[in-house]
Amino acid sequence: MLPPVLVLASVAIGLVPAATGLAAARWPQRSPAAAIVLWQAMGLGWGLAAIGTLAALGTDRGGSGWGVAGDALTVLARAVHDLVGEAAPPGLLAALRLLCLAASAALLALLCWVLMAASTAVLRDRRRHRALLSLLAHGDPKVPGALVVDHPAAAAYCVPGLRSRIVISAGALNLLDQAELAAVLAHERAHARERHDLVLLPFTALCRAFPWSGPAQRAHAAVALLIEMLADDHALRHRPARELVTALIRVGAASPAGAPAGALAMAGGRTGDSGVCARVERLLAPAPGLSLPALALVSGAAAALVVVPVALLLLPV
Amino acid sequence: MNRLGELERAIMDVLWESETQLTVRQVGSRLTDRDLAHTTVMTVLDRLAKKGFARRERDGRAWLYRAAASREAYVTELMLHALDQTGDRSAALASFARRVSGTEALVLRRALETGGDPARS
Repeated sequence: MLPPVLVLASVAIGLVPAATGLAAARWPQRSPAAAIVLWQAMGLGWGLAAIGTLAALGTDRGGSGWGVAGDALTVLARAVHDLVGEAAPPGLLAALRLLCLAASAALLALLCWVLMAASTAVLRDRRRHRALLSLLAHGDPKVPGALVVDHPAAAAYCVPGLRSRIVISAGALNLLDQAELAAVLAHERAHARERHDLVLLPFTALCRAFPWSGPAQRAHAAVALLIEMLADDHALRHRPARELVTALIRVGAASPAGAPAGALAMAGGRTGDSGVCARVERLLAPAPGLSLPALALVSGAAAALVVVPVALLLLPV
Repeated sequence: MNRLGELERAIMDVLWESETQLTVRQVGSRLTDRDLAHTTVMTVLDRLAKKGFARRERDGRAWLYRAAASREAYVTELMLHALDQTGDRSAALASFARRVSGTEALVLRRALETGGDPARS
């Protein structure tokens, strides 16, 4: 059997080009839900494998018999024991091992911390947004169940939460006809019902942890687009594609250009690519969903990406 | 909406419509269609001040209240956040459609007319 450190390192390193490849692939558009599951597994698998690689580098393999995590604890316990017992200072190799263990713990702490920080920031933003909505927005018979904000710009969005809110601006209300409004509401209700925001949150956190990382940015943009496509698919169950397409083009074209170029480029991922084009193309010329064997392969890969690192970290050898 | 939320909204409307700072009693007297106790108005104004939507300063023994920002400023804040133009990518909201450029919109409309594939039109 391969040593755990090699397996973990190959997973952690291999996932970086894999993320870039998946972001550029066309098949995720055919089955957004399966692709989103794979993205989640890749994110989680990468975190576990990267932490595990550093931990495995820090342990000699005469371990505890309880996986890499058990070995790491054994090494730490020994180091503490030596320190207290005032034994001879550790050699260079032992010192390097302790450094790897420290890096492993630091990465674990960083990933947990950014996830919490991102969640807190999102919750704070939403609380403020809801408070403002409750002071300013009103209902309208044209969009039952949604809130209307009196502003001429065209916007339609969902504020996710335990009680999700769907908001339509007065600009969008004037811009869209009744059928298009129904398509927009169906799309946003899918976001609200399935809490697509929670799917995106880990990738927002990952972008915060590694702001200079291309793969992290591409993963975020890819997942953001996939949840839109998933919501488009839900809307298609109730409304014809044409209504959704005209609504997309109208809202997309009417959104104001007031923001500085930098902000817009960041919001849209790659410059000049808002994702709306890909969604319209997909709605006008739908491709069949993935075949059953292909779906099984994707699910199997997703499961392996999480199970293998967890097993190496925790299970007895 | 709950009763408290509705009251906050009504009281903010009073503050937004007023050009001067108002005492609790003045705010209460402008809500003529409701029969509100003085303490109720005071409680709601206190909540609005704590949330940062109202500002207050002491004038002798009474507090004078005004809106912290205009209604238009708050609507603008909502829309900037909604259109993701703050640039922070907080993932707090899920927008229906991001902005497309004029050229993109043209290509997409043409694709819609022919019913074909926008990439090839």
